[in-house]
Amino acid sequence: MTTQPKCTDPVILNLWHPLAAVSETSVGTVMDTVLLEERVSYAVGSDGTVAAWRSRADLPAGSRVDAGSIAEQLPSKSAYGYVWTTLGDAPAELFPIPEFEEPDRRRLNAATMGVNVSAPRAIENFLDMGHFPYVHTDILGAEPHTEVKEYDVEISAERDEILATRCRFYQPMASTASTEGADVDYIYRVPHPYCSVLYKSSPVDDKRLDVIAIFLQPMDQEHVRAHMMLCVLDEDNEDKIIKRFQQTIFGQDKPILENQFPKRLPLDPRAETPIRADKSAIAYRRWLSQKGVTYGVIPAAA
Amino acid sequence: MITLYDYELSGNCYKIRLLLGMLGLDYKTVPVDFYPGREHKSDWFLRLNPLGQLPVIEDDGFVLRDAQAILVYLASNYDQAGTWYPRDNPRLLGEISQWLAFADGITGTASAARLHDALFYDLDAEAARAGAHRLFRILDEHLWFGEQEGRSWICSASHPTIADIACFPYVILSEEGGISRQDYPAIRRWCDRVKRIPGFLVMSGVFPAGRHGRHKASHERWTTHLHTPGWQK
Repeated sequence: MTTQPKCTDPVILNLWHPLAAVSETSVGTVMDTVLLEERVSYAVGSDGTVAAWRSRADLPAGSRVDAGSIAEQLPSKSAYGYVWTTLGDAPAELFPIPEFEEPDRRRLNAATMGVNVSAPRAIENFLDMGHFPYVHTDILGAEPHTEVKEYDVEISAERDEILATRCRFYQPMASTASTEGADVDYIYRVPHPYCSVLYKSSPVDDKRLDVIAIFLQPMDQEHVRAHMMLCVLDEDNEDKIIKRFQQTIFGQDKPILENQFPKRLPLDPRAETPIRADKSAIAYRRWLSQKGVTYGVIPAAA
Repeated sequence: MITLYDYELSGNCYKIRLLLGMLGLDYKTVPVDFYPGREHKSDWFLRLNPLGQLPVIEDDGFVLRDAQAILVYLASNYDQAGTWYPRDNPRLLGEISQWLAFADGITGTASAARLHDALFYDLDAEAARAGAHRLFRILDEHLWFGEQEGRSWICSASHPTIADIACFPYVILSEEGGISRQDYPAIRRWCDRVKRIPGFLVMSGVFPAGRHGRHKASHERWTTHLHTPGWQK
């Protein structure tokens, strides 16, 4: 049986997409969600096996299931603490995050939250440092430290990802492990049109970086489930304190994201006027254009 | 010292943080992992509140649940000026109780829609939104007529009461549940007045008063056809 997907953008269709945190999925139970306008079900087995399939009547949400024995599955995988699937065929390998394997790190899903915004708009906000002092006042920024200093952006052809380096910003409270304000180094990666990975100075080890990733699950072109992965160095705080910190920040971004207009990201360079600090966003828009992404964006006129 | 069992993104917990801030009281916070951890349904929390709901306070051995009840207790016990809950004014107390119950209705509708949209609660979001609009219409008219009579607050007093605190959070957060306040100008003006009460503090999703034009989030810099976000109206 072949099913015609609702999403007709082959680039987006053929990607791995996150569905839910493994840690928040009850073992052996059918769970439902939405991906690219389609009902999708998933389950996690007691051995960590994951399964995903287009929702169907014989496996309603809440029913008990053996994740290994489901017929007509979609491709699926467990990575970085989440269940991933695709509605297309055989996507390339999921991007690497080597730090995830380091044993002394805390690996958490800070939260999965519904946001009324397109995935590319959310990625672009994640890349933006200019809003820190105004939206995350006294946490990720504070006046008068408002300048976004010059940083470097490249589109790596080899890895097919955007890399922004040499980013530096004064942060009163960079993480739960912070004891004072500090100039914090940032590296941003965009290795997937709807996912970004951020590396920032660890307050507890000046040679290592905390990793914070945002994995966006497109429910449709203007609604996402945002999965926030943390992979940080912090020996002191309980999980819930680390989650609370990240949720506070995301909760501050949420109304900004939801008030963006138009909700889809315009890729025409003339549509919106950037400033120098938006260099990484300019690269991101160009990268999406080059890939031919049409879902969640307003493509540039040909 | 007062202890508040708290979840940052909860509007009901925010009510208590607001009043504690406005009264200038010190307190201790015990974070509860409401989402995704569902810690408010854990054994230890259910022993504190069998309803499994936030917020709860503990004050010198006295445990109290329910945001509205906690506002009554804190104002009665700690507001030396006696304006937030004027115990010697029966009519005003009656009005306050009426609007505290109304605030619970806002929680049941506007907050429910927000829980559906942001945290995937399984409920009828369209019914919740319709219910919220019905209440907002009533509140907007009430505030509009109040303005005509020179009244700035929900109840008939020259100062805010806990009724304002109880109604404010899930009104100001309504857009996160897909409930626009565009059609409620008196509500928008009242929200701005609440934000200017001394001791006011924000929570995630709530912006301070009077920052119009100062803050340039990325989308505002970028966007050529400017749209006024709801929270700036």
